[in-house]
Order: sequence, then structure tokens, then C-alpha cells
Amino acid sequence: MSVPDPTRDPAWHLFQDRFGALHRSRRAETILTVTVIVLLFIVSAVWTDFSPAKIAEGVPRIGEYFGKLFSIEPSRGAEPVPVLAFGHLLGGVREPQSVAYWFYRINVYLVLLWQTIQMAVVATVMGFTLAFALSFPATRTLAGSPVIVFAARRLMEVMRSIPQVVLAFILVWPFGIGPLAGILAIGVHTTGALGKLFSELNENADLKATEGIRSAGGSWLAQIRYGVVPQVLPGFLSYALLRFEINVRSSTIIGFVGAGGIGQELKRVIGFNIYEEVSAICILILLIVVVIDLASERVRHRFIGPLAGTP
Amino acid sequence: MMHLSGITAADIDAERSRNPRAFGIPRRDRVVHWTIGLLALGYLIYLHWLFDFGRIFSDLPRVWVIVRLMVDWSHFAQWDHAELLRSMLETVAMAYLGTMLATIAAVPLGFLGARNIVPQRMFHFFTRRLFDGLRGLDQLIWALVFVRAVGLGPIAGILAIAVADTGVLAKLFAEAIENIDRKQIEGIRATGAGPVVSLRFGILPQILPVMISQALYQIESNSREATILGLVGAGGIGLRLSERIQINAWDQVAWCIVLILVTVAIIDTLSRTLRLRLIGAPAGRGGSGGTR
Repeated sequence: MSVPDPTRDPAWHLFQDRFGALHRSRRAETILTVTVIVLLFIVSAVWTDFSPAKIAEGVPRIGEYFGKLFSIEPSRGAEPVPVLAFGHLLGGVREPQSVAYWFYRINVYLVLLWQTIQMAVVATVMGFTLAFALSFPATRTLAGSPVIVFAARRLMEVMRSIPQVVLAFILVWPFGIGPLAGILAIGVHTTGALGKLFSELNENADLKATEGIRSAGGSWLAQIRYGVVPQVLPGFLSYALLRFEINVRSSTIIGFVGAGGIGQELKRVIGFNIYEEVSAICILILLIVVVIDLASERVRHRFIGPLAGTP
Repeated sequence: MMHLSGITAADIDAERSRNPRAFGIPRRDRVVHWTIGLLALGYLIYLHWLFDFGRIFSDLPRVWVIVRLMVDWSHFAQWDHAELLRSMLETVAMAYLGTMLATIAAVPLGFLGARNIVPQRMFHFFTRRLFDGLRGLDQLIWALVFVRAVGLGPIAGILAIAVADTGVLAKLFAEAIENIDRKQIEGIRATGAGPVVSLRFGILPQILPVMISQALYQIESNSREATILGLVGAGGIGLRLSERIQINAWDQVAWCIVLILVTVAIIDTLSRTLRLRLIGAPAGRGGSGGTR
């Protein structure tokens, strides 16, 4: 049996032509994309002075700084020694490389960390309450007129798109330096972010319950209270817990602009170059973020899981 | 089938004792619920007292002063628009450069952190914890540290974005690599291809779209984050914003915020269009992740 020569078939040539054309256009597209990416990179680098010379000049200083973060001068002016020397790690408060020396102000940090978490709690509760109230007017299927929907949605959009650190910085002026400005800034942002998620949940709620209540003569509030809220509350709580995790992270940094919490202390010690305290606070922040994440995950699974099953 | 007329009070009592929850919440549970609720309410009231929430109302006049100054744009023509626009572009450039550097660093790290590429349990654990550490500290903290290390200016911001984002992207890349389909690699191996060819035609086509879409998403989210890095001195519009807040030029503060919102909206739209064009579908990221 002889194999027919494929090149004699006109379909083969057609295929080759089309395949070649497709191949070339794909290749041109790839080259164009890569060129655009590289060009943007160069333009950005020029625009921000990100030149190789500057980097070469900066890199040793970065190394020096991080070296100092993890090392300690045994006495003023002496050669610094690395902090992670295991011989000294478990020494007393007077031993410069020991854990006790690093964390000698642990009582201050713990108070500030507790304040940071409480800030996140208050901000989350404030955001939850306001978002709860705003989410029903922002739901197309529940609000009476499109004007109300539009107004509520735009309001929440503005609330969540202003960066919360900027808002905190502005609010420090009227409310003074301290946690209140930070709580309000995080609370406003939470309202906008949660309100959007809540109104999406409301939109997906089954409307049969609402119709039943309306047919029995229930008011709008009764329809919401007994028709929608029981359906959406588990989802609301789950989103609120997720938001609480994010808010703990935010409240650790909101202090950089003077709005309370551990961030204010971190900014101070970075400003004064107290290296061992910088490392200590950074480690504490990492720890608290991980702990809150794990705890909140457990609560979500334990508490929301079974709740979601109840009508 | 049971007739309703046949039910007596004794039947109902018997049923109640057998299934108490069907007849409403038992009193003991109700007491517990109320106690927990009241305790939570008491704690909240204590927190409001602790953080002095009454000041919201007593300081409200000062907020109105700011708001009134913010909407007064009568000196619009005298503001330094060139500087503001330059800083705004600088912010976007910072986000782009930082994310690109992070992407370049995250590709090899992602391969190292993927369980199916490096099947070493301890190694996997430590690379993953390294990624967690990099992204666990907020970009603003990294920015503050880098400002002390390399001085004021956009380079500190770029490095902060690059370092924090390396952790995020490396984790996402490692997960993308772990989720690839073995069959395609096996198919290419079966034709006698070496490791480089099977990487190029077996792994890369599967992960490249995911990587590009995640990098694009990260550029989008970082340009939002980069606007605030300047508040600690790391360049961009944030630096101008903080100067204007410190001298109480509230009208220009409002203008800066408007600039930020417009720029972020433009980049959002651009990035979404590009992602849809490149991938054909929105990237499958679990959860929005909020501001992170």
C-alpha cells in the first residue's frame, strides 16, 4: 500500500498557508507585547530615577540596614555582632543579643497590640452596622426606586475607594492624634467594602419569602426583617469576619499617620533607628496577623458552617 | 395517616418532651443567648467609651470646616498641576516597576515553592513560610523601612512594593504550578522530549496565562496601594498629599484624592480589559482580598 503524497493535495497547501499566517500573527503579537512591557519598564525606570547606578549605591545601604536590624552593638561604637547567636539567645535582659533584651518593652507592645485589635473590633462593628443599613437601599430588587439604589451605591463606592490611610491622615486633624481617627477611617472603608458584598448577597436572596410577607400585608421593614435577613445573615457574618482579619492588618499600619495602635510605636522606633525594637515589633505584628487569621478561620468554620444550614 | 382531630393535649405534651426544640428555643438556651448578647453589647459600649466616641459629635464642627475648605476650588488655576500630575504618573510607574521586579523574582521562587517540582517537605515548608513572612508585613511597613535604608523618594516605594509583592506572587505562582495537569507533560515526555522542551511545551502553556493575569491584577492593586506609600516618604502622589495635609491646603487635598480615584479607575478598566483579552475569562482568584 502506497502512502499518498500530501503535498499534491490542495487542502494541504491551504492548511500550510493558513497555519503559517496564524503562526506569524501570533508571533508578531507576542513580540509586540514583550516590546510594550519592556518599553514601559524603561519609561517607568527613567521617570522614577530607578537607574542602575542608584541601585548599586543603595544596595549596600539596604544590606547594612537589615544587617543592623539583626545585629546589636555590644557597647557604643563597638563592632556589631549578629543578634541570632544561639549562645546568647536565652540570656537575661542585660545580654544584648538575648530575646529578653529584644522584647524588654513587651508590656508596652502588648498594651498597644491589644489596643490595635480593639480598634479593629470597633471599626468592624461600625462598618457592619452601617453597611447593613445601607445594603438594603442599594439592592435593586428591594429598594423602591432606582434613584435610591444609585445614591446608595455611589455613596458606598466613594467610601471604599478613598484610601483609608489618607482618610485617617485627614481625620487626625479634626479628631486629634489617637485611635479615634483610625477607627473612623477603617470603619468608613469597611462600610463601603461590606456594603457592596452585602447588597450582592441581598440581590441573590430568594424573593418568595418577601412576596409572602407582602401578600399578608407586611410593611417594607417587615419584609426585610422576616423575608431577607434570615436568608442573608450567615453570609453577612462570614464576610464581616473576613473583613475583621483585613481590619486587624489595617489597624497595625494606620498608626503611621498618628491614628493610634502599634503602628504609631513602630513609626517612632524606625524614626529613632532603635533596630532591635523595629525587629521586635515587626515580629509581633506578623504573629498577631497570623494568629487572628487562624482564629477567624476556625470561628468561620465552627460558627458559620452550622448556622448556614438553619433556615 | 394521623387525623388532626385525634390529637389530644397529652399527645402534644409527649411530643414536646421528646422534641423540645421543635416547640421553640428552651429557656436555658435563651438565657445563655441573652447573656452572651448583653455581654457583647456591654463590651462594645465599654470600647466606645474607651475610644471616646462622644468626640465624633463634639468635634463635628471641625470636620465641617475641612469639608467646606475642601469643596472651595476658587484657586484651582494657581495650583502646581504639573507637579501633581508628574507625581501621579510616578505613582503608577512605581507600581509597575515594583510589580515587574516582583514578577521576575517570583517565577523562580514559585518553582522552588511548588511541591511537585521540589518534592522536599522541609524545603517546601520553609519556602512557604518565607513567602508568608514577605507578604505578612504590610507594604507600608516595608516602605517605612526602605525609606530609612535608601532615603526619601520613589526607589524606597518600588523596593517596598517589589519585596511585599514577591511574597504574594510567589505563593500564587507556586499554587498555579502545583495545579497543573501532569498528562500534558507525560504526553510530551512520551515523544522523547527532554526536560527543557517539556517545561516549555508541557508546563509553560498551562501556567503562563495564570501568571500574566495575576501579575496584571497585582499591578492594578499595587497602583492603589502605591498612592499611600508616599505618606511615609516613599515618593509619588502620597508625598504631595501628605505635604498638603500638613500645611492644611484642604482644597488641593481634595483634588489629589480626585486624581487618585480617577487614575485608579482608569487602571482598573485597562487591566480588566487586558486580562479579558489575554485570558478570555476573569482570573480565578478566590475572594477579592479587600485592600490587600
